Amino acid sequence: MSLLKEDQQKKLEEKFKELDGNVKLVVFTQEMECRYCEETRQLMEDLAGLSDKIDVEVYDFVSDTDKVEKYKIDKIPATVIEGEKDYGIRFYGIPAGYEFVSLTNTIMAVSKGESGLSEETKAALKKLKDPVHLQVFITLTCPYCPTAVEMAHKLSEESDLVTSDMVESAEFPHLVQRYSVSSVPKVIINEDIQFEGAMPEKEFVENVMKVLES
Amino acid sequence: MGADLLDLEIIMPDDVQEKVSQNGEPYELLIIGGGPAGMTAAVYSARKQLKTLLISKDLGGQLLWTSDIENYMGYQYITGRELTDKFKSQMEQFPIVDIIVGDSVEKLAREGNLFVAATAGGRKYMGKAVIIATGKRYKPLGAPGEEKFVGRGISYCATCDAPLFAGKDVVVIGGGNSGFTAAADLVEIANKVYVVNSSSTWQADPVLVDKVKSSEKFVPLLSHVITEIKGDNAVTGVDAQSLETKEIKQLPVQGVFIEIGLLPNSELAMGLVRLNNWGEIMVDCGCNTSMPGAFGAGDVTTVPEKQISVAIGEGSKAALSAYKYLLMHG
Repeated sequence: MSLLKEDQQKKLEEKFKELDGNVKLVVFTQEMECRYCEETRQLMEDLAGLSDKIDVEVYDFVSDTDKVEKYKIDKIPATVIEGEKDYGIRFYGIPAGYEFVSLTNTIMAVSKGESGLSEETKAALKKLKDPVHLQVFITLTCPYCPTAVEMAHKLSEESDLVTSDMVESAEFPHLVQRYSVSSVPKVIINEDIQFEGAMPEKEFVENVMKVLES
Repeated sequence: MGADLLDLEIIMPDDVQEKVSQNGEPYELLIIGGGPAGMTAAVYSARKQLKTLLISKDLGGQLLWTSDIENYMGYQYITGRELTDKFKSQMEQFPIVDIIVGDSVEKLAREGNLFVAATAGGRKYMGKAVIIATGKRYKPLGAPGEEKFVGRGISYCATCDAPLFAGKDVVVIGGGNSGFTAAADLVEIANKVYVVNSSSTWQADPVLVDKVKSSEKFVPLLSHVITEIKGDNAVTGVDAQSLETKEIKQLPVQGVFIEIGLLPNSELAMGLVRLNNWGEIMVDCGCNTSMPGAFGAGDVTTVPEKQISVAIGEGSKAALSAYKYLLMHG
């Protein structure tokens, strides 16, 4: 059964007419052991069914080792949103609830191939010299979380040095423990810098640029 | 396992696109805030064909973290999300309203005959009249340890953070409706839920209290105040002192949900309009503030009773008052 209701499918079909380039949803799953693997795969297949420009590929986390290495996947369910290239955009856990908003908006942005970030942000990102890894912890009931996830993914789309993960907290309790996540959205930058709360682009980028100081 | 509590409901993307007046002309009306009052004001101003801009960090405001609503007329039961979606679609059918979501106004000033709104994102928007409908935000407790443990066990958004406390012991501070709404969410997820209130009775609606009381996880502490929030890297407990015996109980909790009321988001208008002692924007029954052309609506104002239905009424009145003001001065 589809997770999307009929009227939601219609609305999305309409929205996806604005897609430019093709988008590939690469899903890593493992039917037997992963709590929301099946639903995640189902959701991505449903989305692919709503537009010719969206394709879905499904791989097994255990047996498809070449793909796991290629996309550097370390936990499941995982979904890569790939456009013209792999920008480093990952959703770990199911992007349902409020996070469906960031999933669809990220698909739209990747299809466009243009992050839509301000000129100031683009200039700041050019100063990066080393890789930056952003992990955005969320819950599916958090209305402010999609803003933070979308912002992180936009930075990935803009800069080859930035990779970004959405991490659904309830599915990865060991990571919640490890990074002491007790309020969301929480953003972890390269393991050592962290901040909470959704913020406007300018402040978000200022936080990310702190990597230059550390 | 918290994953069993995942909400697999699908919430549709916000279709609102960022739109800005292209010709650089000032708007006739700026609406600051996108909660029930702001969105209603937008519908009323659109119907008067005022060129309108609504700026808000989100659409929905406090509605977004309201789970169940049983006192909004026309719906016997509706969730905050569903009602937000209905308000949004009603507003979006009027193209005359430009909407900017994701930015917030930090400073509102009057320059000549115009109001100038400067945003956190570094932009400036001008309008001939303005409605301030910025609502309220959570109030901090002020106990030792609170600042240190923000994001390390202390939460001000139970809807957002409850799933992070599956199987853990938590305390809710506050015995009003917001406290018991949080407690109702938490008894579903957490192991033990203390609810601490400084007065000797609960202020929440009896319907809500009964719902929480029926859970074995609920531990009430009336006439108690929190004297300290303790921990090392994260919260490990709180001290609750009885106001009657002065005895201090140590509650071993990993989560602290502070639900002791709200503060008005009126800083942007400080110096522009008159505020009362609690920081609320003073308005008369026509939503007029002390500054001609600036109107206030909803929870940020001195209007008695902070309810969705009240905010709706105030939003409509503010837009109609602004329309009349613009007829005279626009």
